[in-house]
Amino acid sequence: MSRRCLDGLFARVREEGRTAFLPFMTAGLPDPGTTVEAFTAMAEAGADAFEVGIPYSDPLMDGPIIQAASAKAIESGMTLRGGFEVLGRVVEATGLPALAMSYANPVFRLGPDEFARRAADAGACGLIVADLPLEEAPPVAEAAHRAGIGLVLFAAPTTHDERLARIAARRPVFIYGVAELGVTGERNRMSARPRDLAARIRAVTDTPLVMGVGIGTPQQAAALAPYADGVIVGSALVRRAIESPDPIPEIAAAAAALAGALSGSGAPK
Amino acid sequence: MTGMRLDRPDERGRFGEYGGMFAPETLMPALEELAHGFADAWADSGFAGGFRELLNTYAGRPTPLHGADRLSEEIGVRVLLKREDLAHTGAHKINNALGQGLLASRMGKTRLIAETGAGQHGVATATAAAYVGLECLVYMGEKDIERQALNVMRMRMLGAGVIPVTAGAGTLKDAVNEAMRDWVRTVENTHYIIGSAVGPHPFPWMVREFQKVIGEESISQLEGERPDTVVACVGGGSNAIGMFYPFAGLPGIDLVGVEAAGHGIATGRHGASIGAGSPGILHGARTYMLQDDEGQVLEAHSISAGLDYPGVGPELAYFADAGLARYVSITDQEALEGVDLLARTEGIIPALESAHAVAWVAREADALDGRTVLLNLSGRGDKDVEMIAAHASEGS
Ligand SMILES: Cc1ncc(COP(=O)(O)O)c(C=O)c1O
Repeated sequence: MSRRCLDGLFARVREEGRTAFLPFMTAGLPDPGTTVEAFTAMAEAGADAFEVGIPYSDPLMDGPIIQAASAKAIESGMTLRGGFEVLGRVVEATGLPALAMSYANPVFRLGPDEFARRAADAGACGLIVADLPLEEAPPVAEAAHRAGIGLVLFAAPTTHDERLARIAARRPVFIYGVAELGVTGERNRMSARPRDLAARIRAVTDTPLVMGVGIGTPQQAAALAPYADGVIVGSALVRRAIESPDPIPEIAAAAAALAGALSGSGAPK
Repeated sequence: MTGMRLDRPDERGRFGEYGGMFAPETLMPALEELAHGFADAWADSGFAGGFRELLNTYAGRPTPLHGADRLSEEIGVRVLLKREDLAHTGAHKINNALGQGLLASRMGKTRLIAETGAGQHGVATATAAAYVGLECLVYMGEKDIERQALNVMRMRMLGAGVIPVTAGAGTLKDAVNEAMRDWVRTVENTHYIIGSAVGPHPFPWMVREFQKVIGEESISQLEGERPDTVVACVGGGSNAIGMFYPFAGLPGIDLVGVEAAGHGIATGRHGASIGAGSPGILHGARTYMLQDDEGQVLEAHSISAGLDYPGVGPELAYFADAGLARYVSITDQEALEGVDLLARTEGIIPALESAHAVAWVAREADALDGRTVLLNLSGRGDKDVEMIAAHASEGS
């Protein structure tokens, strides 16, 4: 698997003594232009790379906020093609790396090669597929490799150590550490799980580790920063895109607070 | 060319090219544990024997095989009914719910969740939960809560919580999504009793093993006689695979799965995943499903909540490609006529799901002339009486 995708980034933030900030936003919420604006504002606020959500009809790894975002984006006409277009515009506008996030069915409906090629053509450097575990990953990993991009693999609090080693052995772009049990969404409190998981992953591999799911506040991000190369925040930002009458400034402010919380973290352990 | 039925899926959880484990990583260790836990339990004569015993002493098995003489006379085809409608709680769903309930207990789980469409699986799971003494929560689409109100009441009486699901069209697909989401959060202490032969490995295999008692009993009740045609309705496919599996590959037997044609296949408002769908990935498995060109899942439609589902179990998808079974479809209107026909001729009010199978036999009576048809009457129609009455008054 290609690791060129974010290698430079993780080395750089390490040197700078901080943890990378990777915000997520659903493409086409509520329209392509606004999504590009939101990502641009987050780039200015200190984001390091992006996860662009290609809306899917049945996002079973997502909680109510991102479900609503996907449904709304699809309703307003967002398609796979449109989602890749948004991703391309984001990369062009910000110059930052972006990964396309989707589910297994669209990937296999197009065919892994066609999907990966379209993502690569749009400017994505990697793929995140929420319901694609280690066992089913090979065809997509190989297609991504052929297209010159990478694939992210997941590790969860329930993943045992022997499995962690097998996941790391596939040399993904990064390991997406699923911080909390459950689907995406904000949590009032952070459990001990994210830290335990991060420590277990660090013990078996030096593959870059990015933690996501259930991280929404600057405090939560800061608490995890010392243990990860990067942190993904989704629902907390998407919620603002859905709820706020004037979302861009709110998203920018939230992103700035999150980036700030991650910048003074010291080099990840 | 006809392929062979497979005793169990391969090590990747596949029946040919269908099945697999397309699940979030959080669930993967639990699915692995479940595959081992089930294989282990099923090979243990204590567990397997205890399950069979419980089906007999508690769930009313064996269910009768009934020669439907007046129906046969009316349509001119000899029909034998496998009476799953007489199983405890009123449908075949109890076989699977008890099997998985016992397994969950054995594996030390303390909480059960389920999805339900028609409510029959929800009632069966609530029943199994009460029997083994575990907490139970059932996810049910809002639309289904409305059209299967009787079963909602039954679940609550049995001590289960019923959670309305408002996403999508508020039907079975959305209820499965929501149950999966619960499971991703609670997997450490919870077992998800999936209600049909769908989902990631090992569910389709396990559900078939718990349901194959339907076909096995039928074979022994037939006392050496061979039916020419075996027919069952197909939602997710659990009653069909449970009936078909023991017959699959026997020479000269036509296995026919009846999908929901809803308003008619041409209208796009139907539930015919095999007949009018294409291979894709739904609820953790590669199988036939209803989807658009970009892989967005399409809404199904059927008057019967249990067939209102845009996917089908992967083993039935394999049976389709391997030529082991064929699939046909019946419209909402035809199904209503099937209810009427069976009620009048046999004194049996079938579930709307099962009525699809009845209606197909009636419609194809000419082609079936001279054949003996074994029909899986998967459930009884008490839950549908209001709905049927409403349609009757609309039509008159
Ligand atoms: C009586 C009855 N038959 C059939 C079905 C369809 O499910 P399956 O295809 O899994 O048998 C249901 C589902 O709710 C049902 O209640």
